[in-house]
Amino acid sequence: MEKHDYYHEHSHGYGIYILVWLALMTLTAVTVAVAGMDIDRFTVATALIIASVKAYLVLTIFMHLRSETRNFTVFVIVALLFLGISFVLLFSDYSFH
Amino acid sequence: MSSTEHTAETHVHRDDIGSRMGMWLFLFTELILFGGMFLIYSVYRFEYPEAFHLAAKELNTIMGAFNTAVLLTSSMTMALSIVAIQRNQKILSIWLQMITIFLALFFLVNKYFEWTAKFHHGIYPGSEELLSKGSGEILFFGLYYVMTGLHGIHVIVGMVLIGVMTRMTRKDIITKDSYVRLENAGLYWHLVDIIWIFLFPLFYLIT
Amino acid sequence: MAVESATIKSNGHEPSYLEYKGKHTGLLGWILSTDHKRIGILYLVSLSIFFLVGVTFGVLMRLELIAPGRTIMDAQTYNSIFTLHGVIMIFLFVVPGLPAVFGNFVLPLLIGAKDVAFPRINLMSWYMYVIGGLLAIVAILLPGGPADTGWTFYIPYSVRTNTNVMFALFAAFILGFSSILTGLNFVTTVHRLRAPGMTWFKMPLSVWSLYSTAWVQVLATPIIGITLLLVAVERWLGVGIFDPALGGDPVLYQHLFWIYSHPAVYIMILPAMGVVSEIIPVFARRTIFGYKFIAFSSIAIALFGSLVWAHHMFTVGMSDTGQFVFSLLTMLVAIPSAIKVFNWVATLYKGSIELATPMLFVLAFIFLFTIGGLTGVMQGILTVDIQVHDTSFIVAHFHYVMFGGTGFGFFAALHYWFPKMFGRMYNRKLAKVAFWFLFVGFNVLYFPMFIMGWLGMPRRYYDYLPEFQPYHFVSTVGSWILVAGLLMMIYNLYHSVKKGQVVTEKNPWGGETLEWQIDTPPIHENFTDIPKIDSDPYQYKMNDDVLEKEEVS
Repeated sequence: MEKHDYYHEHSHGYGIYILVWLALMTLTAVTVAVAGMDIDRFTVATALIIASVKAYLVLTIFMHLRSETRNFTVFVIVALLFLGISFVLLFSDYSFH
Repeated sequence: MSSTEHTAETHVHRDDIGSRMGMWLFLFTELILFGGMFLIYSVYRFEYPEAFHLAAKELNTIMGAFNTAVLLTSSMTMALSIVAIQRNQKILSIWLQMITIFLALFFLVNKYFEWTAKFHHGIYPGSEELLSKGSGEILFFGLYYVMTGLHGIHVIVGMVLIGVMTRMTRKDIITKDSYVRLENAGLYWHLVDIIWIFLFPLFYLIT
Repeated sequence: MAVESATIKSNGHEPSYLEYKGKHTGLLGWILSTDHKRIGILYLVSLSIFFLVGVTFGVLMRLELIAPGRTIMDAQTYNSIFTLHGVIMIFLFVVPGLPAVFGNFVLPLLIGAKDVAFPRINLMSWYMYVIGGLLAIVAILLPGGPADTGWTFYIPYSVRTNTNVMFALFAAFILGFSSILTGLNFVTTVHRLRAPGMTWFKMPLSVWSLYSTAWVQVLATPIIGITLLLVAVERWLGVGIFDPALGGDPVLYQHLFWIYSHPAVYIMILPAMGVVSEIIPVFARRTIFGYKFIAFSSIAIALFGSLVWAHHMFTVGMSDTGQFVFSLLTMLVAIPSAIKVFNWVATLYKGSIELATPMLFVLAFIFLFTIGGLTGVMQGILTVDIQVHDTSFIVAHFHYVMFGGTGFGFFAALHYWFPKMFGRMYNRKLAKVAFWFLFVGFNVLYFPMFIMGWLGMPRRYYDYLPEFQPYHFVSTVGSWILVAGLLMMIYNLYHSVKKGQVVTEKNPWGGETLEWQIDTPPIHENFTDIPKIDSDPYQYKMNDDVLEKEEVS
């Protein structure tokens, strides 16, 4: 148990980070391109989906969430849920003005 | 091995997982700090869709995209610096950390030019020009300056933090066998990046 | 400093934490200490001072209200006094109180740890607490006068008034940061430092409470952080976020404000409920009834508590849908609290009740919290709230839960852990007398507010119609009885730290949790050897006897 506390069991090679970087740059280019297209109501949704994918990559790979114990992922979900629920309930007021 | 302090005064036993856990919890507070402003943004965007659309045109999409690329790259270099130290490649790790700081500085310089260009056009909080516009536009720019401003402050803090890590790496306080501090600094930096990942489309790409 | 002269040695071998000499000695040994026990005491001392300042403002308010019209101060002063009373009591007493004092002192002991996960951050939390408190006090003395916005800093007045709002905002921001650091410390401590064998369901219930509280501290506090920061930025730079003159929405401010401030009341009450769950088994000599229900209800309260905030805003012009949703959710949040009350009362059943002072406070808690909680449910009903919002009814409600609940819970904890903390016992007779003054005084002070609020007496009003005077008069007299009780209690405890009867036994109350198995007062490292846990907490022999008797009959 002690040794486990010290080291990351899985340490990534350099490659995976560079791959993720390429993906992030590509997604950024995509999101800029999409913004130029006229899809009106779906602009926000698309932009947010792409941003979420980027954030997911940063969280799981760059921030090593993937290699931490499951606790950490649960924590992240709880924090995001707090924001998400606040958003939904806030709009239970504003959507119906 | 200064991370395992066994002075009688403090009982700092080493627990890297616990250390990272504390950092993640702190990051949640940052996430929610900005999250609060995203909530405000979403309400006002909902109420003033055209004004937001119009106001966003004042922002330079290319600059924003470029800055996004700069920050994403700095995230990569930060992550790579940890791999380097894990492999005992101290010099490489230090270089990567310093590149991260440099990229952050580059980001800030771009931001500076963006902001001053706006000021030049008379668009800043409390300006006559801005106040003559409609509520939606005033709110858009209010949110723009506060959110990117607060984000900028976090970039500066991040630079200082990573600078401290660089010094610690040089002095062998951060080593192949003890690098949780660097990991934690990395976590902070990635969060700063994630916040920008959401700021960018919401301010620059809603044209 | 009082504790320096208390020469309490632990049983034999090592010196107690009070006597311990580390890298620093004397006063520095306390204010630079990272020992969770010393930090708990530091909080206790600073908290008590701020509490007394808050009480003073409360007494002054009641003096002003004893008769209609001007009595001892003008209207502007009154506005500032109730603002300060709220800011101090909420941010400097009720929110930090139990976690910072007793969470710090007792949490590591309860889980068999030598300290919290981040001892230096723990000390930093205390520094921020003191700085925040001083900023709030300094605001009183500077020209411009203290803030007069109410502790809620509602827009637009908070961006218009010329009083020292900025100081109050920064004080609250720093205090929030202190709260966040304590929260993240406790979450990590509970996850990482439990003694071997202590699974989640072998933890004492106060640990469940402190853990749930810590999560709310971490997640909810940043919202008030950003909201108050934005008000400060608006005042300073005229940015335009909430200010209606610049296109902003003042109701949005209220939403953001209450997204924190409602969960904040659960930060206030959960640790107190944890204390109740600790104390009842000891003084009823019964194993707690429904351990898992109480444990899960703590999590549920933290969770549901984040869903109800807009019930503070039923009269401001939200959409009908929003009002309906929040009213419904408010009904739900009462359920886990009620579950706790049922389980506590079930624990008392057929118990061997000892009415020691901690138990008196706990029984009072159940009574007062129930009144406060039920009136809260009443207010959750839209039609009722339209009538009672912004009246004394609300003031009575929240004092019953925050003071009758958390306050009395704090006093209970104080009287329960006092012997362990100081190796001394207070005068038990005087403690009981003080209790009765507190209990009677409390009800005489606050109950009339329910009635007059129902009849239409507004809150935060400096003046009122003559028909309300009898209630105000009774209420003010109640405040004097209450203060007499407070003074008696404080005198008793303060005096006993130095001169109380020495206690050397490890377990003066007969408790079953780990803090009662170590030295009184604890040594610096708490445990000479970290214990191995193999049983549930609160195993009382009496329990078996009771069950046996039932089987026979």
